[in-house]
Amino acid sequence: MRLQYPPDVRIIQVPCTGKVDILHLLTAFEEGADGVFVAGCLEGDCHFIEGNLHAKRRVTRVKEILDQVGIGGDRLEMYNLSAGQGGRFAEIAREMDQKIRDLGPSPIRVAKGGGVQGEVAA
Amino acid sequence: MIRAVGKPLEEIIHMVQDFDKILLAGCDGCVTVCEAGGLKETKVLGSALRLHFTQAGQNKVIDETTLTRQCDKEYVGLLRDTIDNYDVVVSLACGAGAQFVVDMYKDKVVFPGVDTCFIGVTEERGWYTERCQACGRCILADTGGICPIARCSKRMLNGPCGGSEAGKCEVSPEMPCGWQLIYDRLKTLGQLDRFENPVDPKDWTSSRDGGIRKIMREDLRI
Repeated sequence: MRLQYPPDVRIIQVPCTGKVDILHLLTAFEEGADGVFVAGCLEGDCHFIEGNLHAKRRVTRVKEILDQVGIGGDRLEMYNLSAGQGGRFAEIAREMDQKIRDLGPSPIRVAKGGGVQGEVAA
Repeated sequence: MIRAVGKPLEEIIHMVQDFDKILLAGCDGCVTVCEAGGLKETKVLGSALRLHFTQAGQNKVIDETTLTRQCDKEYVGLLRDTIDNYDVVVSLACGAGAQFVVDMYKDKVVFPGVDTCFIGVTEERGWYTERCQACGRCILADTGGICPIARCSKRMLNGPCGGSEAGKCEVSPEMPCGWQLIYDRLKTLGQLDRFENPVDPKDWTSSRDGGIRKIMREDLRI
């Protein structure tokens, strides 16, 4: 399965999206990421029962914070897909990449004058 | 324990926007337990403030620290060597802790980072309810271990009132009537005869009616 997705997506692996912390997401933006998407398992399919549901609540909280600090909550999204949906992963990466390109560079990256362009927690 | 909630980010941004060097001081005590002002919440606030001021083109120093307790001089004193590096301190401790920082560093601007709410318990993670109003004279022994001061909306000593309906308070259909809880509890204990003796008016001088309170324990003083 040789699927293409944008090369500026950097993947950060975690054992479960339940491990993704509010601080991880905020730090990604502090470090200059233009956007972040959290790719969790399908709801109801979490190996740790509800790790992806914890992640969903944290993503919602961080989106609120990003809206309040002027970065924009649209730069962060959570998707749910199974480990067998490689095609869907590539599709989401392309979708998110295009969305972030439409939004333009993160104000933090502009202020710092450089940085990465996309980030994924899986 | 004391329960608090973080102040709205917008309010904190407004408070600190005119300062360049900001210290966020969390507390490892009660506010850590209720996840309002511990190390984690202090770091999240720091990150959010850095994001806001960076995107606004403002270069500020924003550092985070936590103290074991902000209600004890020994720990608040630990800020002594570094506090002069900052223009302002945002204390994420309860109101008592924030005021102790003010007491010990009289020339430093100190803002609260949380809203201190009540003395309560953890029903579930993220769900806290009030249990005590620190009135200074505990009457739990007379009310089956359920406090009418904290758990009756009217703080009645001889309840319930006419607003109690199907075990709920008239203030909200979700709010249990404190006196219904007391009745049920005394019934379980076989102590309903206590309702036959009206309770005398409470002496509120041990509460706020007696002015600002203090405890002086000569046996503990050094």
